[in-house]
Amino acid sequence: MAPALETRGLVKRFGGLTATDDVSFRLEQGARHALIGPNGAGKTTFINLLTGVLAPTAGQILLEGQDVTRLRPELRVQRGLARTFQINQLFPAMTPLETIGLAVSERLGGGRDWWRVIGSRRAILDEIVEIAQRFRLTDVLDERTANLAYGKQRLLEIAVAFACKPRVLLLDEPAAGVPEAERHELLATVAALPRDVSVLLIEHDMDLVFSFAERISVLVNGALFTEGTVDEVASDPRVRAVYLGESVDE
Amino acid sequence: MTDMSSLSPLTADKVAASLGRRARWRWPEILFWVVAAASLFLLPQRHLILNEIAIIGLFAVSLDLILGYAGIVSLGHAAFFGLGAYAAGLFSKHVSGDPLVGLLAAGLVAGLLGFATSFLVLRGADLTRLMVTLGVALVMGEVANQMAWLTGGADGLQGITMGPVLGLFEFDIFGTTAYAYSLSVLFILFVVARMIVTSPFGLSLRSIRDNPLRARAIGIPVNRRLVAIYTVAAVYAGIAGGLLAQTTQFVSLDVLAFHRSADVMLVLVIGGVGYLYGGLIGAVIFKVLQDVLSGITPQYWQFWIGLILVILVLMGRERMTDRVQGLWRRLTGRPATRAGAEQSPAPVREV
Repeated sequence: MAPALETRGLVKRFGGLTATDDVSFRLEQGARHALIGPNGAGKTTFINLLTGVLAPTAGQILLEGQDVTRLRPELRVQRGLARTFQINQLFPAMTPLETIGLAVSERLGGGRDWWRVIGSRRAILDEIVEIAQRFRLTDVLDERTANLAYGKQRLLEIAVAFACKPRVLLLDEPAAGVPEAERHELLATVAALPRDVSVLLIEHDMDLVFSFAERISVLVNGALFTEGTVDEVASDPRVRAVYLGESVDE
Repeated sequence: MTDMSSLSPLTADKVAASLGRRARWRWPEILFWVVAAASLFLLPQRHLILNEIAIIGLFAVSLDLILGYAGIVSLGHAAFFGLGAYAAGLFSKHVSGDPLVGLLAAGLVAGLLGFATSFLVLRGADLTRLMVTLGVALVMGEVANQMAWLTGGADGLQGITMGPVLGLFEFDIFGTTAYAYSLSVLFILFVVARMIVTSPFGLSLRSIRDNPLRARAIGIPVNRRLVAIYTVAAVYAGIAGGLLAQTTQFVSLDVLAFHRSADVMLVLVIGGVGYLYGGLIGAVIFKVLQDVLSGITPQYWQFWIGLILVILVLMGRERMTDRVQGLWRRLTGRPATRAGAEQSPAPVREV
């Protein structure tokens, strides 16, 4: 079976700077894979290439074996590649219900509907209920997103991406900035993501990486430095030297 | 708005009720239209100005569709209004005097220009859009001026004769047919606009306005949606212009003038952006103020309009209905009826 997501010799140069340096990467079906690397390693550029926000200088991106290198971002989403953002990218004036409803209805082709209200299709409603329950948002569905507790906003951030029914989900530091009291709920939700969704986790927090991921790739200076199981990477002295150092020893 | 937090489990029906709430007609809305219809019978000597209010209201609804719902700022919306006016005027002179067909033609022509220029508006941020829309309107104004053989140039387009509406109602000098006609068109187009903004399509526009980055990230074809709403808004503006041409049976270069674009923006700011009644309420206030002030000080009425605008913007930019509700609550001591009313007003895109 083709990997869920694959890059072949991916390169991105900004003038003289090589932000992504010949990255050939595979995300297997159903994977729980973490991408780590020190600040400035090129993680954000890599995600922007995957999602189509940036066009690569060279190389290929394959989603479930199909070349999507030149596909526009929204079409990649429709093919099953969704992402969350490190800094919340939500719709502050809308409610979580509207936000999730929008994502679901867009996927089911409702975005061109202009003559009826959003809640008029049963399939959409059922799915909204399921997603709201999965992400523990049932009690805040009707509040303004801007008024939600930060932890709830982070949950909504993932819920919106999940509502796109991704085959591949890119989680960009899902727990960033979440206070300790709300952290458990968020991590439990991430851990409970269904197995048919392949997850690539971009993360700084080593506790989360070790508890969630089964494989780890390390990005350094835009290039893939090493890859392996959690144990392999954690015990790799070179990785400790460039990156893990303090976090592992503590 | 807290029925979701009750202890009973979440069901599809509750979700549907919650999502449908925005689209439900409420009694103040019904009252608004009843009053509008009643004005037809109760204010017979005011039909000329009421007709103008209906037309400006429709024009403001058009601007609100792009500014309030899609976040596209425009200082050149008169391009479509004026084109629609000329199209309707020329259509009646050269093709047919039937008002409804003429109105359709006005909307169609303006829509074509809207579609063509929407691709310019996609580029860049707010300042770019302001300049592009302003530029398009200036170009249109100069084109109309230069094509005097067609448009009458500075003398205006004369000799427009309109047939009866639906073959039944002749236009009269008191403006009664005109007002009834404009009000009917306004109502129908308002109901359609209301459907648009409460639909999934309308929700996607709001999401694009609030966060285009995320809108793309959930698979929304942002540019296509903006092209669609910009075209629809141009059709609306064109029809508003067409109504003016048909009911006054005259078109001058003034329909494409900069102050048209600025006035409609003013109307929307007075009434409230991102809320369809804002345009209508704003139109009423704007026109009545203009009428009253120019009655008192014919030379200086714009001074007062300007002063009121400054005060209005500095005092905060809530919806007019929120202000009235706030006052009502203070007078009666009743709690808020609208969940958003006690929160800070939604961030409004401004020019």
